[in-house]
Amino acid sequence: MQKKVIFRGVALPVALLLPQLVITGIFFFWPAGQAIWSSFLREDAFGLSREFVWFENFADILTDPNYLAVAWNTAIFSAAVAVLAMGVALFLAVQADKAIRGATAYKTLLIWPYAVAPAVAAVLWLFLFHPQIGLFGRALNAAGIAWDYKINGGQAMTLVIIAAAWKQVSYNFIFFLAGLQSIPRNVLEAAAIDGARPTRRFWTIVFPLISPTTFFLLVVNLVYAFFDTFGIIHALTQGGPGLATTTLIYRVYVDGVQNLNFGSSAAQSVILMALVIAMTAVQFRFIERKVHY
Amino acid sequence: MASLDIQGVTKCFGATQVLHGIDLAVQDGEMVVIVGASGCGKSTLLRIVAGLETPTSGAVLIEGQDVTPLEPADRDIAMVFQTYALYPHMSVFDNMAYGLKIRRLPKAEIAARVQEAAELLSIGHLLERKPRQLSGGQRQRVAMGRAIVRHPKLFLFDEPLSNLDARLRVQMRAEIRRLQKRLAVTSLFVTHDQVEAMTLGDRLVVMHEGRAAQVGTPMEVWSRPADTYVASFIGSPAMNLLPASLAEGGAAARLADGTVWRFADGARPGGEGREVIVGIRPEHLVPNGAEGLALAVELAEPLGSETVVHGRLADGTALTARVPGAVVADSLRVAPEAAALHVFDAATGRRLDPA
Repeated sequence: MQKKVIFRGVALPVALLLPQLVITGIFFFWPAGQAIWSSFLREDAFGLSREFVWFENFADILTDPNYLAVAWNTAIFSAAVAVLAMGVALFLAVQADKAIRGATAYKTLLIWPYAVAPAVAAVLWLFLFHPQIGLFGRALNAAGIAWDYKINGGQAMTLVIIAAAWKQVSYNFIFFLAGLQSIPRNVLEAAAIDGARPTRRFWTIVFPLISPTTFFLLVVNLVYAFFDTFGIIHALTQGGPGLATTTLIYRVYVDGVQNLNFGSSAAQSVILMALVIAMTAVQFRFIERKVHY
Repeated sequence: MASLDIQGVTKCFGATQVLHGIDLAVQDGEMVVIVGASGCGKSTLLRIVAGLETPTSGAVLIEGQDVTPLEPADRDIAMVFQTYALYPHMSVFDNMAYGLKIRRLPKAEIAARVQEAAELLSIGHLLERKPRQLSGGQRQRVAMGRAIVRHPKLFLFDEPLSNLDARLRVQMRAEIRRLQKRLAVTSLFVTHDQVEAMTLGDRLVVMHEGRAAQVGTPMEVWSRPADTYVASFIGSPAMNLLPASLAEGGAAARLADGTVWRFADGARPGGEGREVIVGIRPEHLVPNGAEGLALAVELAEPLGSETVVHGRLADGTALTARVPGAVVADSLRVAPEAAALHVFDAATGRRLDPA
């Protein structure tokens, strides 16, 4: 039953909406608009003159092999972070869902990493895996494995993936645990009586029943890997060595802040903006349709 | 099809003991109903038989084989849950075929078995639907179908009718009984509803506080309840239980107000003055013009052909009678049918039979 409440007059509803509209306007629409506008401009290195160049910035980016390499990096990085963070979280949630002693403490500890700031998380991993001062970094080298993420691109990518995934595990864990707990016990018991062993129960009953949660988390994790991992990359590898760990969002920063190429940076932002809009649209569409059952 | 033996099963949850040693032998093809108030341990007992709980001590034997250490999957049983517990993401067909697929039956046989069960339950037209598109009664049938297709050794029913409305419940009750007889599968049925218990079971187990208060056929339990708990639990409206003492050398009971009721079947042991409880079912109190007990009517519930009268005796004791026809008077006199009197020990509540 929907109850419609109609305000008399215009002043009150407008006043109620105003704070949110102002915030959205100043912090979202204005910068977004500026980004779109700047993406059509080209500025000289000293910022003395501007020129309107239509879609030239976009054309330059999309034909730049480096940009395509970075896009590929981003795809690998995002997919790996999402799969790793969700896989680990699901495994931990399944364990936590079992009635075990100390389950509360275990759950609390698992939720902690989410409260750690990205840069702090990165420093933590840096202290662990730095080839000279890191605990594991030194151990790896002592064991004869040449570990130095500052010169080995693959190792650098692995490290940022692990650090970024580690931070997201907590968030996924909470959602997976809630999803698991919403599955009626009786359904699992019925499956057990029907002859399904735990592994089969998981893949035929549990996994399909938490698929809405999984899908939601997939989108959230991809968005996280795309946009929220700047801090981790910046603190750990600064996108290096070479372009090995540069993702799209990191390149926006490099081009805009370090290389002062505002037009190109703005155009890249606009592309990212389009991406996030597309992902949100997909999510809303599927969640509304309830892909599950 | 198999026999089931429950031997000395106890269960503790932490410090609370919920089952105090249950023994029960169910014969091949028999339907035994476990009935009791909530918290009496009846569901726990069923879950132990299913393998969903482990007994603290004791053993469960199916076909003479000790299955106590086995997982539910290895016991070859089927269970119908109160909530039906259908797999919400699967169609009706897949719900019923799930257990068969796990057993790697050929596709053709799975289809044949599901089809057969679906026709038996008249849900053949629903096979493509998802559980959420079904009504309560239809879900119930699917849950039954899922149990039937497996051809298990044992059916377990955990209050499967409680979530249905009254009319459907009566209908499904008859249907379950018919199916069980036709398939002749050994069954355990748990319920808190004594009418269900009476109508469904070949035998009843009346449970009270983790013990089997009485095991017997419905008519045995009804006509010769083992103690005051069973007496008040089985039968509706409940049996009247009146404090009394033995009189006339044990051949009669003297009620608190001095009325003497003679027993038709002989003297009870213990002699004159022994404290007892006399039980009389409401339907065994007959209106009696002159000599009966005067009953002040507090509430009359007309059921059509008869009326349930709730009233009080002169000394304030509550008494329920079930009398033919309508009752309009403020008071009536009732007397017991002597053959229908039950006598219980006042201290232990156990039944006292003639010596």
